[in-house]
Amino acid sequence: MNRHLISAADLSRDDALQVLDTADELARISDRPIKKLPTLRGRTVVNLFFEDSTRTRISFEAAAKRLSADVINFSAKGSSVAKGESLKDTALTLEAMGADAVVIRHNASGAPHRLAEWVRGSVINAGDGAHEHPTQALLDAFTIRRRFGRSSGSAGQAGRGGALDGLRVTIVGDILHSRVARSNVILLHTLGAEVLLVAPPTLLPVAVDTWPCAIDYDLDAALPKSDVVMMLRIQQERMNAAYFPSVREYSRRYGLDSARMAQLPERAIVMHPGPMNRGVEIAAGVADSPRSTVVEQVTNGVSVRMAVLYLLLGGAEGSQ
Amino acid sequence: MAHAQPAGRSGSGKDATARPVPGDGKIVLEQAEIARALTRIGHEIIERTRGAEQVILLGIPTRGVPLAARLAAGIQQVEGHPVPHGSLDITMYRDDLRLRPARALGRTQVPPDGIDGQIVVLVDDVLYSGRTVRAALDALNDLGRPRAVQLAVLVDRGHRELPIRPDYVGKNLPTAQHEVVRVLLTEVDGEDAVLLGVAGDAAGGRSR
Repeated sequence: MNRHLISAADLSRDDALQVLDTADELARISDRPIKKLPTLRGRTVVNLFFEDSTRTRISFEAAAKRLSADVINFSAKGSSVAKGESLKDTALTLEAMGADAVVIRHNASGAPHRLAEWVRGSVINAGDGAHEHPTQALLDAFTIRRRFGRSSGSAGQAGRGGALDGLRVTIVGDILHSRVARSNVILLHTLGAEVLLVAPPTLLPVAVDTWPCAIDYDLDAALPKSDVVMMLRIQQERMNAAYFPSVREYSRRYGLDSARMAQLPERAIVMHPGPMNRGVEIAAGVADSPRSTVVEQVTNGVSVRMAVLYLLLGGAEGSQ
Repeated sequence: MAHAQPAGRSGSGKDATARPVPGDGKIVLEQAEIARALTRIGHEIIERTRGAEQVILLGIPTRGVPLAARLAAGIQQVEGHPVPHGSLDITMYRDDLRLRPARALGRTQVPPDGIDGQIVVLVDDVLYSGRTVRAALDALNDLGRPRAVQLAVLVDRGHRELPIRPDYVGKNLPTAQHEVVRVLLTEVDGEDAVLLGVAGDAAGGRSR
């Protein structure tokens, strides 16, 4: 693996499978009375969050603490950033404090990439603008693998779990503003899944035809041939123009309600990276149905992030 | 192939046997001898723990796990009751993690009733520096509080770096530090054998 995790494209198929297999073993820790491992004792992980986040920040914090790392939480609000400090100066401060890993979320695409040039530790991208969110893609892949019985734990033996070859994943909604969609398209393609994007043409990014996936505009046609449906939130906070006539019309054409869910094949699952807007892209009845993996995704997030932290920080420095 | 070869036998596995052996190195234990050693260890466990009623056998991956399963089967044959067995991965507890690239994790599988109040017998293939066992003791600490912890190994090759000693030994094998002991087990390697070679021989297997 690389020293940093900035894009899902940093992961080869073997790297990705190694993360997922490691996460499979680490997931078993959460069933124990003592949910802690001494592996990263004495290492410092800084959570550098320039943008609001609930689950990603908590998930990274829990993951680092379960591996016994020291965690420093930094949020732009209430820090010197509010006084006008630049990203570089913030980075140099962290460097001076001896951070072994920096988990960064930033509203500007490419911020983690820049940061990686300034700090000695590993940089983990926890979401940059509309660019990428690789650990979300990893936890989604992990969730899919578990639900379809391809994880390394399914045979009762440790070892190599399977990839996602042949599974059909449909990602629906605001692809344009979604870092989750981009990372998922890259990673799921690496793992052999067939990805289909479904969205109104206005919510597709410019060069989407160069992505390794298919594109469709009709959700009803896509559902019967999907093993996984991933619903994305309409990111109103990033929208500075009218991308569709009304929320109600969007919901009619691209929202997943119970009637649409009934068109899915029997084993198909419904995913959502959260936060959900119930009633817009996903109906409450669908979000709470047994097909929905929303809560599982959060649980799996901790295991996957533990795996990433372990693989980036657990071994010898500079050996990866 | 002849039975009960003495340990100090000279000559390599290649010319002394009809069966080809992966890698180079002389055979110090053959299949039948491994089976006998495990039978004896099984009986010693029964004797020392008064019937092995409260015993849990935990193998250390990779090759400790099938050894623990074999011991459990052997004890069950004699005593008539099943002996819980599982595996204890120690990767995350190693003291040399920072010396090498991050490695893949093994499986920890503990019987559902847990290890509290039981006699845990750790099972490994080769006892060398003792660092693996130290890590295993730390790992056990996070799983519960056994009444006692004992250690069973197929081969004790000496050169301890920590104050750790085995309770049950299949074979004491005096070695030099530059030598490499390899244990092959049918479940993992397709055949049973213990080989003693010189560093660099054992490209294909785990060297200890």
